[in-house]
Amino acid sequence: MKESLVSLESLLEKSKPKLDVQALRERLAAGRGPAFWRTLEEAAESEELREYVEQEFPGLSGQIPQGVNRRSLLKVMGASLAMAGAAACTKQPKELIVPYVRQPENVIPGLPLFYATAMPIGGYARGLLVESHLNRPTKVEGNPDHPASLGSTTIFEQASVLNLYDPDRSETVLHEGRLSIWSDFTGAFSSEAQSLGMRKGEGLAILSGPTTSPTLIDQMNRLRQQWPTAKWYVHDACVNPAIASAAKKIAGRTALVTYDLSQADVIVSLESDFLNVGPAALLNARQFAARRAIDNGETPVRLYAIESGPTVSGSLADHHLPVKSSAIPGIAYQLAKACGVAAPDVAASAPGWLNGVAQDLNNTKGRSVVIPGEFQPESVHLAAYAINEALGNVGKTVRVMQGVEPDDTHTLEELTTDLNSGHVETLLILGPNPVYTAPASLGFAGAIRKARLVVRLGQFFDETSRLSHWHIPEAHYLETWSDSRAFDGTVTIQQPLIEPLYNGKSAHEILSILLGKPDQSSHDTVKGYWQSQGQGQNKTGGDFDAMWKRSLHDGVVAGSAVGTVNGKAVALAALANGAVSGLEVVFRPDPTIADGTYSNNGWMQELPKPQSKMTWDNVVSISPKNAADMKVTIGDMLRVTVEGRTVTGPAWILPGHAEDSVTVHFGYGREGSGRVGNKIGYNAFAIQTHATPYFASGTIQKTGEHYRLANVQETQTMAGRDPVRVATLAEFREHPNFPTEEEPPLPMDESLYKPWPYTGYKWAMAIDLNICTGCSACIIACQAENNIAVVGKDQVARGRHMHWIRVDRYYAGDLDSPAMYNQPVPCMHCEQAPCEVVCPVAATVHSTEGLNEMVYNRCVGTRYCSNNCPYKVRRFNFYLYSDWNTQSLYGVRNPDVTVRSRGVMEKCSYCVQRIQEMKIQTEKENRRVRDGEILTACQQVCPTQAITFGDLSDPDSKVSKLQKLKRVYGLLDDLNTRPRTKYLGFVRNPNEALRGQSANSRG
Amino acid sequence: MQTPEVEEREPKELIPDPGPSSILGPGHTYNSVTQRIAGVVFLPWKRTPKKWMVGAFIAFCFVNLLMLAMGYLFLRGIGIWGVNIPIGWGFAIINFVWWIGIGHAGTLISAVFFLLKQDWRTSINRFSEAMTLFAVACAGMFPILHLGRPWLAYWLFPYPNSMWLWPQPRSPLEWDVFAVSTYGTVSLVFWYVGLIPDLASLRDSANKLWIQRFYGILSLGWRGSAIHWHRYQKAYLLLAGLSTPLVLSVHTIVSFDFAISILPGWHTTIFPPYFVAGAIYSGFAMVLTLIIPLRAWYNLRDLITLRHIEAAAKVMLGTGLIVAYGYSMEAFFSWYSGDKYESFMYWNRMTGPYGFTYALLILCNIALPQALWSRRVRHNIVLVWILSIIINIGMWLERFVIVVTSLHRDFLPSSWGIYIPTKWDWATYAGTLGFFMFLIFLFVRWLPSISIFEVREVVHHEEVSMEPAVEGKI
Repeated sequence: MKESLVSLESLLEKSKPKLDVQALRERLAAGRGPAFWRTLEEAAESEELREYVEQEFPGLSGQIPQGVNRRSLLKVMGASLAMAGAAACTKQPKELIVPYVRQPENVIPGLPLFYATAMPIGGYARGLLVESHLNRPTKVEGNPDHPASLGSTTIFEQASVLNLYDPDRSETVLHEGRLSIWSDFTGAFSSEAQSLGMRKGEGLAILSGPTTSPTLIDQMNRLRQQWPTAKWYVHDACVNPAIASAAKKIAGRTALVTYDLSQADVIVSLESDFLNVGPAALLNARQFAARRAIDNGETPVRLYAIESGPTVSGSLADHHLPVKSSAIPGIAYQLAKACGVAAPDVAASAPGWLNGVAQDLNNTKGRSVVIPGEFQPESVHLAAYAINEALGNVGKTVRVMQGVEPDDTHTLEELTTDLNSGHVETLLILGPNPVYTAPASLGFAGAIRKARLVVRLGQFFDETSRLSHWHIPEAHYLETWSDSRAFDGTVTIQQPLIEPLYNGKSAHEILSILLGKPDQSSHDTVKGYWQSQGQGQNKTGGDFDAMWKRSLHDGVVAGSAVGTVNGKAVALAALANGAVSGLEVVFRPDPTIADGTYSNNGWMQELPKPQSKMTWDNVVSISPKNAADMKVTIGDMLRVTVEGRTVTGPAWILPGHAEDSVTVHFGYGREGSGRVGNKIGYNAFAIQTHATPYFASGTIQKTGEHYRLANVQETQTMAGRDPVRVATLAEFREHPNFPTEEEPPLPMDESLYKPWPYTGYKWAMAIDLNICTGCSACIIACQAENNIAVVGKDQVARGRHMHWIRVDRYYAGDLDSPAMYNQPVPCMHCEQAPCEVVCPVAATVHSTEGLNEMVYNRCVGTRYCSNNCPYKVRRFNFYLYSDWNTQSLYGVRNPDVTVRSRGVMEKCSYCVQRIQEMKIQTEKENRRVRDGEILTACQQVCPTQAITFGDLSDPDSKVSKLQKLKRVYGLLDDLNTRPRTKYLGFVRNPNEALRGQSANSRG
Repeated sequence: MQTPEVEEREPKELIPDPGPSSILGPGHTYNSVTQRIAGVVFLPWKRTPKKWMVGAFIAFCFVNLLMLAMGYLFLRGIGIWGVNIPIGWGFAIINFVWWIGIGHAGTLISAVFFLLKQDWRTSINRFSEAMTLFAVACAGMFPILHLGRPWLAYWLFPYPNSMWLWPQPRSPLEWDVFAVSTYGTVSLVFWYVGLIPDLASLRDSANKLWIQRFYGILSLGWRGSAIHWHRYQKAYLLLAGLSTPLVLSVHTIVSFDFAISILPGWHTTIFPPYFVAGAIYSGFAMVLTLIIPLRAWYNLRDLITLRHIEAAAKVMLGTGLIVAYGYSMEAFFSWYSGDKYESFMYWNRMTGPYGFTYALLILCNIALPQALWSRRVRHNIVLVWILSIIINIGMWLERFVIVVTSLHRDFLPSSWGIYIPTKWDWATYAGTLGFFMFLIFLFVRWLPSISIFEVREVVHHEEVSMEPAVEGKI
């Protein structure tokens, strides 16, 4: 033994204790590369390892523990190392494969392909075009042909790509915490299905998220036909079941109330974030933005926002009424009465203001709309519909769509009851993570243990999987076939962009086992369903294959939209609960990580929350007045107690937040998320009650501790610099050039340096502040497009976040109901760029097309350019921020953009890679780039199309026209930097009748 | 060779200071001057002052701290410092400007005062030139350390390369490269040329062969012939003439690093003169900080007299007043300009989160040094020494205030930030202080820290004028 290269003593020791199963599972699950060898060394004596090795290298396992000699040991070592490395790559299939001799059509290495698919959010489809580089999805864009996308996306679709490559995704089937394989599961589950069949499905419970997938609904329906006693439960912490139940009461069947804002003159939002949340949010945003146009003399839409905490949509409101969330039902009734709806009496609040609003609504009958909040109870939804009906808005600005969600599903509360009463024997969880997302009052973690068999399909081995008997890795939506519907019923066949990275399975495949077809792939299930529906759904009557291909190509199934149904206002019942009398605790999904689905997503964690600009934590948002009363400052720990349950979180003083109300956000305080999302923030579910899930009566208390928060914008007032220039509609009509009236821009020839000669393109940008909601989709889109690194909470707190575009938030006016402004700030690409002159090595230079270019290779990192940049848009790699080590993250990178290294400066490039790509293409076609052919990432994603990019040398381009508008101004234009990025001033349309009404008007 | 004299080289009793009117103690001859100064160098190791040993050891510890800080910096990146966006420059640039400023006194004393025939400079010029050189060495480190990619620092030099890439000549950082490297080179040459006759004297009085050879090689064959002296004085005069403009130009260009930018608080035309004055101010403070303990430890009170100390104190008072004028004009113009950014900047500088640094700066640089108007204070060596340290701190604070308070709240409130130096910032700064002190310790041990031949010239002049050296002592 002495001459051996490796000490074998540990291997040969006979008296080693039996290995801890959990520990081995963790080691093996984590094991790649060298970890295998360590496991081998440490665990050679264990039964599990022998089994495992037998599986991997049949016949070898016998050789390991006994009578090992150095030679064979090294052989095993070498093989296991090599295989461990190889396991990370996709294996070559057994079947005959054909080498890549002739290039297939459309595949040009280096040029991406785009595929249409859809991402279900809350069950509803967002049509997407996914950019694929050699079969590797890197970036999603909205599908312009899809009614729920119109070419834009929200932050969630953008960030979903990173979820695909998340290194902490579950990679293997696990049975009671041990490694298993799919065939073991199908075997076990098939026999379970047989015994279920004998019981006619007695005791089978299936829990899924909300869905509109026709194939899944069909599978479930067939399953319930087969086994009528099986029950289907639906749960999503981000979806309020009251929306569906109210619609059902209104329409008498499953339905969805949607809005057509293209004709709206007055919008009243009862705590609705209609521009950002919900199945039709992007359509709403597009229509709302169009109705805020003012440049051709139109009268823009007026938005009243009545809300507890400011929402994204509320930041654009012309009038803002901060009230407790629990007071909104009462206000809705009050408003209903003022609009002529028979409503029970309620205590009046802010009567003068509300009467003014009602007056405005009554003046615009048929052209107004009242939108109930996504997290408000049924009463508000019914009241809002009643008001709309009374105002004659239904059929004009309000549409009741045929419902596309399944009808007879049950809730999580019912599931808990059924579990506790022993009615559930087999629980199949298709996606949701109820052990984490269930309200604490349900005690779901205790209830789930009562089921005999729990099967969990999930992307992570998370809280729920830990309490399940089987854990099956779930395929990401970019990995599997499925289908889903938009709010209007339009179907998208979701096609996968990539083979499942970790053999993930879809809900279709699990259900197929129960339906007796354990080997049916998702593709066959989905295609089979549509084939069976072929004639009925597809009016063209053409052959199925053509329709199938067409649908895949377009991303929508032609003619699949559903119609509207007739609704009828329901008589408003007296409110069961009034407003919470003391302090109210409002529960909401986190603005960026939702209910925790994105908690392991670094992009989302580092995306500043739209209201607070805070990252990496959830806070307890509190009004400035309450904070002053309690002597609380930002970061002071607050103990929030609801019904005896307590969490502790840092305070955030949020201007515009309602008094005596605090908002807590879901998604944090997780244990089963991953390396990014674990153990940050507090878990708001732990104090949630299922009876009143979105607001509850509670108390807050200072603990005396302080917590360090990482926010990207310390100062949120304008300090007299007027970065956002504002006028009311009347002022704008009188002074259309209000942004530059006081200080006209400097003459163009006033500089020491000669002006740049431009002979070709002159790239420029215009950002319309009037329609920017601050939703931050641009930040995530830019991050995905430009390989922007995530730096972590500590670095953000030190002022080193890397976003190339940021959205500045400014408050003006009084603290309790301030005006809020959002200002996206990318690089200004100044004509007289202060950064260019001070770089000693010419690493930042002016291009012939007016771009201010950053040459990473040349940068030595003096940071003088950043010091001299008045806009502070430059970002510096203080450390090696880009993750060069995690292999799974290689996939998400855009190959057209350099991954930056330590010590170099970086900044917005106007997506120069996109410019170059289109220039190359148009040069081949011997023509100029046409307007709109190049979209920057931020522009493309923007739900309200607030960002316009184009060529200034073309007088007919959209950006040229916008930059000639009178309300255009350059940020800090008194510095003579002559920015190419220009802003369009903000115009507010206040109701003159409300002038001086309480402190709530924002004029 | 001259072993018996070794004992005599070092006087046993405390030698009194001849007082503020004399630049040399009474009774000195050519020989005594040589022996006293060379005696410090030839002191046997065993009799090296304990204070030297302790001081050099402490300084050496800090040199190691510097190595550690630099090693970790190269390993991890400048993220270990407190810099961020918007405060892209922090301690590195503050320390760079501070060290460069300190160097200025040496050049002023040795070149400008030489041209102005200020004979009191003779006993302190060598030392202050060395100080200049070491300060420039410390300063020169920072611009390289502060780079994001320090291994590419050579890209700042215009060297021919296959890509035909040259530095960008409009950047003041590029001017800095030339200013500082010129300054370093000229200072080195000037200092070395000044050393040559003394190296020859050391060679001649060395008592061991290897020491003789060592100094012999360094003295470049100096024989002290009339032709040598004739050429030497021409060369020295020329070098003095060459160095003189550097006193003005180097810190002017350093100030351009700030003045050329568009940042409120940096973009100021007053910066060049006020930086130069500040540099001389801090330089003389450093000279006093170092020379007062030196003359005590090595018993050189008759060579570095109250006259020198008082003259340096007067220069500090004068330059300090120029600096005070600079501050007041900065404040005045930020108000008078009516520019919202400028006026906010100054208000924020005085009352913002870093207001305490501004208050300390005014206290250290303007308020306390006014005590130097009093002759009694100027003649109180301990008080002058304490004041010199206070001024050093004040001048460091001045750079801190300029760099940090201007950057941390500039144009757009959304990007305002805060700068908190980390332990590595402090370690690097303390490390360069140690490095500087270590070099000074080595210098006084191995080279004549006072110019022998120039003091002998003074002896010659005094013999001619027969001026009696009188008056008190400290």
